Amino acid sequence: MKVAVQAGMHRKDVASRSIASKVGSAALYIALSVIAILQIIPLVWLLFFSLKDSREIFDLPPLALPRHPKWENYSDVWSAGNIDRYFLNSVFITAVSIVLTILLASFVTYAVTRMKWKLSSAVLGLFMIGLMIPVHSTLIPLFSFYQKLHLIDTPVSVILSYTAFNLPITIMIMLGFYTVLPREVEEAAIMDGCSVNRLFFQIIVPMTVSVVMTAAIINMIYNWNEFIFVNTFISSDSMKTLTVGVQNFVGQYQTNWGAIGATLMISIMPILIVFLLLSNRIVEGIAAGSVKG
Amino acid sequence: MDKVMSNKRIIALYVLPSIILIMAIIYIPIVLTGYYGLMRWNGIGSMEFIGFDNYSALLKDDKFWDSVMHSLVFALLSTVTLALYLIVALVLTGNIKGANLFRKIYLLPMLLSSVAIAQLWLKVYHPTTGILNTLLVSLGFSDPPAWLSDPKYVLGALFVPILWQYAGFYILIYYAALKNIPNTLVEAALIDGATPRQIAIRIKLPLIMEVIKVTIVLAVVGSLKYFDLIFVMTGGGPNGHSEVMASYMYRQAFKAFDFGYGSAIGFFLLIICLVATWVIRKLTETKDPIQYS
Repeated sequence: MKVAVQAGMHRKDVASRSIASKVGSAALYIALSVIAILQIIPLVWLLFFSLKDSREIFDLPPLALPRHPKWENYSDVWSAGNIDRYFLNSVFITAVSIVLTILLASFVTYAVTRMKWKLSSAVLGLFMIGLMIPVHSTLIPLFSFYQKLHLIDTPVSVILSYTAFNLPITIMIMLGFYTVLPREVEEAAIMDGCSVNRLFFQIIVPMTVSVVMTAAIINMIYNWNEFIFVNTFISSDSMKTLTVGVQNFVGQYQTNWGAIGATLMISIMPILIVFLLLSNRIVEGIAAGSVKG
Repeated sequence: MDKVMSNKRIIALYVLPSIILIMAIIYIPIVLTGYYGLMRWNGIGSMEFIGFDNYSALLKDDKFWDSVMHSLVFALLSTVTLALYLIVALVLTGNIKGANLFRKIYLLPMLLSSVAIAQLWLKVYHPTTGILNTLLVSLGFSDPPAWLSDPKYVLGALFVPILWQYAGFYILIYYAALKNIPNTLVEAALIDGATPRQIAIRIKLPLIMEVIKVTIVLAVVGSLKYFDLIFVMTGGGPNGHSEVMASYMYRQAFKAFDFGYGSAIGFFLLIICLVATWVIRKLTETKDPIQYS
């Protein structure tokens, strides 16, 4: 009898607790969704006003759908604002920098994690300290250095800067992957008389495709968005990247919100596409690149 | 095997190009910044050695100290908001369906360029047609402030997009760290009758303390070198009320063509970033870091 009463009370207790926890978890979902909406809404608003003409922008409520989507905003700015040129420059600089960075970082990571030499951890440290250095503290000497070498206003200055500054984080992303590669593969290859170079290019690099992809995406995001180097080293309009070009373009079209919106959408489009297709890798890369281990 | 894998020539071939690159682009420039700080130099003509004049002028420059204060305000706000991100991450790692989707949505703004974000938020804050003031007017506030040109509000108004941009980044890092905690520890605590709050505070937080320290360093150093968004949104204005160290350096060097003074600011920025890193590390040092693996 006593036991039954206790059991009954226990059941009631569990029931009320589960209602409380249901209410609690509903509240949590609402809170999480509100944050998600706040993160998305400025971008939705941007998309909407990129498709409106000035009258619609000022007459309709901000989050109203455009009545007649004005896709012309996009085609207009694409050709009129030099945006096509900026876009190609961005693609070129981003791509070359990624290839260089990944290649150099793979070499370093391989030498540091798989080969045996006294200074390996000191060299790794040298690269890791690079993560702490503020870009701005190098800006003036770099400017005068590139000026002396006649590299100011050429993509070379930007590519060299991107590669150097992205090496530390790229090595950091690759580090974890390289340390867990199985030793046996290397041993077998060396036994068979394979040279280190062949071992690296024909066996190791193909094994690291996955981490190379992750590192490449992180590099792409950084390079595509970079502002200060291009803004400082590149002066002619025809050499500018999209991020910097957009800044100039927008300055000239203060009041034409539709054009500004379309330009901004074009500039973030490649990143949005990569995000939609490869968000898992982005998440992985950012987690690996920010905290060791 | 060991002999092949410690071939000095190959190691040099793999690491030297990268070492030369980061020496030329990162390490030599930061030393040169300190050296140029001893010069009177307009960036084009010849340099004239003036000893510590730039540095002593810097110490007496009220505008510079204002910019340091603004940078410190951002650093403080960024550090305080880490607690919010940690709470969100704790919630997400609880039994939440769609946690993965939530953290990806939160991350999205961080992947976009600061220039695009700045341009977008310029529109959000537009005094008459921005989404914020449109909303405030429709809620009955007749005379909402012009956020970015009002000295009272400008720092706060700039911090909102910074928060918006980086929230997902820190949530992601905390999420990854919390997911790394072995389930057995949490289950053992549950069996012993610990409440979720106790588990979070007594078990989870101590276990991710190392990661929390890293994020504090990232938040502080990241704020101290903050530039792009402020440069685009206010240019340090109105009247210097949102000037930060990096934007002040940029203005002195590339707008006022005082490269010597700019270099001194750049060197100071470097020192303050390194000192901040060291101080935070010292303050948060624990004698016996908790290990669970």
